[in-house]
Amino acid sequence: MEQALSVLVTFVLAAGLVGVMVNLGRLLGPRRETPAKGDAFECGNPASGPAWGRFSVKFYMTAILFIIFDVEVVFMYPWGVLYRRLGWFGFIEMMVFLAILAIGLLYVWRKGALEWD
Amino acid sequence: MGIELLVAAVKALIAIGMLLNLAGILGWVERKGSALIQDRIGANRAAILGFAGAGLVNTLLADPIKFVTKEDVIPRGVDRLLHTLAPCVNLLPVIVAFAAVPFGDRLRIGERAINLQAVELNVGVLFILAMTSMGVYGVVLGGWASNNRLSLLGGIRGSAQMISYELAMGLSIVAVVMTFGSLDLQEIVRAQGHNIAGWLPGWGIFYQPVAFALLLIAGIAESKRAPFDLPEGESEIVAGYFTEYSGIKYLMFFMTDFAEIALVSALLTTFFFGGWQVPYLTSQGFAFPWGTTVELPHLLVVLLQVGSYMVKVFVFCWFQVLVRWTMPRLRYDQLMWFGWKVLLPVGIANLLVTAAVFLLLQG
Amino acid sequence: MSPLVFFLLAIPMVLFSLGVVLARSPVRSALSLVVALFLLAAMFFQLDAHMIAALQVIVYAGAIMVLFLFVIMLLNLQQEPVEAARPAQRAIAVAFSVLFVLSVGLAALRGLPALPGPGVEGAVAGAFGSTEALAERLFTRHLFAFEVTSVLLLVAIVGAVVVARRLGK
Repeated sequence: MEQALSVLVTFVLAAGLVGVMVNLGRLLGPRRETPAKGDAFECGNPASGPAWGRFSVKFYMTAILFIIFDVEVVFMYPWGVLYRRLGWFGFIEMMVFLAILAIGLLYVWRKGALEWD
Repeated sequence: MGIELLVAAVKALIAIGMLLNLAGILGWVERKGSALIQDRIGANRAAILGFAGAGLVNTLLADPIKFVTKEDVIPRGVDRLLHTLAPCVNLLPVIVAFAAVPFGDRLRIGERAINLQAVELNVGVLFILAMTSMGVYGVVLGGWASNNRLSLLGGIRGSAQMISYELAMGLSIVAVVMTFGSLDLQEIVRAQGHNIAGWLPGWGIFYQPVAFALLLIAGIAESKRAPFDLPEGESEIVAGYFTEYSGIKYLMFFMTDFAEIALVSALLTTFFFGGWQVPYLTSQGFAFPWGTTVELPHLLVVLLQVGSYMVKVFVFCWFQVLVRWTMPRLRYDQLMWFGWKVLLPVGIANLLVTAAVFLLLQG
Repeated sequence: MSPLVFFLLAIPMVLFSLGVVLARSPVRSALSLVVALFLLAAMFFQLDAHMIAALQVIVYAGAIMVLFLFVIMLLNLQQEPVEAARPAQRAIAVAFSVLFVLSVGLAALRGLPALPGPGVEGAVAGAFGSTEALAERLFTRHLFAFEVTSVLLLVAIVGAVVVARRLGK
């Protein structure tokens, strides 16, 4: 209960601070909108239309691989806490788990999915 | 309940205040430090009655006032709510994560023992990992809600970089958890209170040098600082994901930058340099390896420990500033290559070696 | 978990979940989902399942939702095209929603008497849900499931690479 209280208090105070900050500009700053100000900044050139467009599939690939390896890392937290008690049995268990995923990493590597050119 | 709440609030305010002050001072350190490195003078214009205070007036007074009183421009055709939300969700997780790092041992006031840690969790390590994993949203949203090609590119680059290096960061932290056998940050710091062979402080760096290197590199990459500052590569994409931000929101992105430096430093200190531990200082006073003992009052011990934590954090902050102004920026393919093909395998190998060594020692 | 805490978490959670469905902008609905997942993590935390709470944030809110956002951006989904659903579609949707609510409600009503009431201390054993207990179970009793997970992840890796290569061409 005390743990939850400290988390809650910190969250509330931090969120309050951030909320006040982000609104300070609106209170204290001027507000003079002009068409030129609303334009996207493209180094002085006229803005070339809306920015949202398609981008490289590589980023998407990175996100998927991140999820997979993140799940792998996540399994290591409980193991890291308990590996001393699990002993060599747990060690071999984790070795097998990692070996299978190492094959995956190797596959991605060889297929060139980690190359950016 | 009332007093508990008060204590929790005061501790949270101390941690938040510590972080914000550190961020402010780092702004000065960065400007003056970069000037020092590049043989310039640096910020020295703003002055009160001719007093410039070596640029402190400029960076700690003039700059914030100017940021706050500037117009907050929101570009045309964007989701205004998301545009405003982006700097908030960027800053918030960093503050909360920093608050989970213990800045001292227990402070005894009368009957009450106050644990000097704002967010008291017995799973503090997981809490910090969870919060850092939320950091990516500020970057993505900033890039998306700006209606600017350069912002979007910066946001996407930044998020891909952050998630790639999060893996290495997680792996290095698992190694620390394995060494000290706890997910409680306060326990991890306490475990570093002993001396190796009677004289060497039992800090994490002597047990986990590889994890230290991993966390340092991944931490700098997570906070998007040079040499990993491609998301805000000013020579190509202006300022990346915060190009379209002005006034206080721009300041918030900037503060997040400095707050992240402070957070990385705090984590390095806690995991590898004994946190608030002072070498040879026990709760009674100094006990030097050559036999001399100096008794100290409780309050002085606590103050020394808090001071030690702050000094260590500051040293690492300064180190990161030094790195930024020394190293050239990486190319994006090099960045990804380094994260996935070097740090990730090294991190996994480090874990296995750690486990094998500890199990062998255990017999 | 006290009823007060439960409702403090549950009501915003339901609201944000509604936001996921009702928001016009895909980015907004994705963010609502992030908040809902975050609140769910807080709930796990309140039930002393600290590890699960952290995993909820790290994996769901911190990794999977990033991919969702990437996909939204990759496909350049701005606003959901406002298009009137066909009457038949609407009827089917309503029918299935009602069916779903009924079945969940029925299951809840049936299951409720078997559970201890809200706020009862010791509804679960002391160390239940702790990281150690979870690890103990996972690495001994559920050893096989754990190992098979790695195969599943391997399949996911291969699948991702194959699909991305086809997209890239």
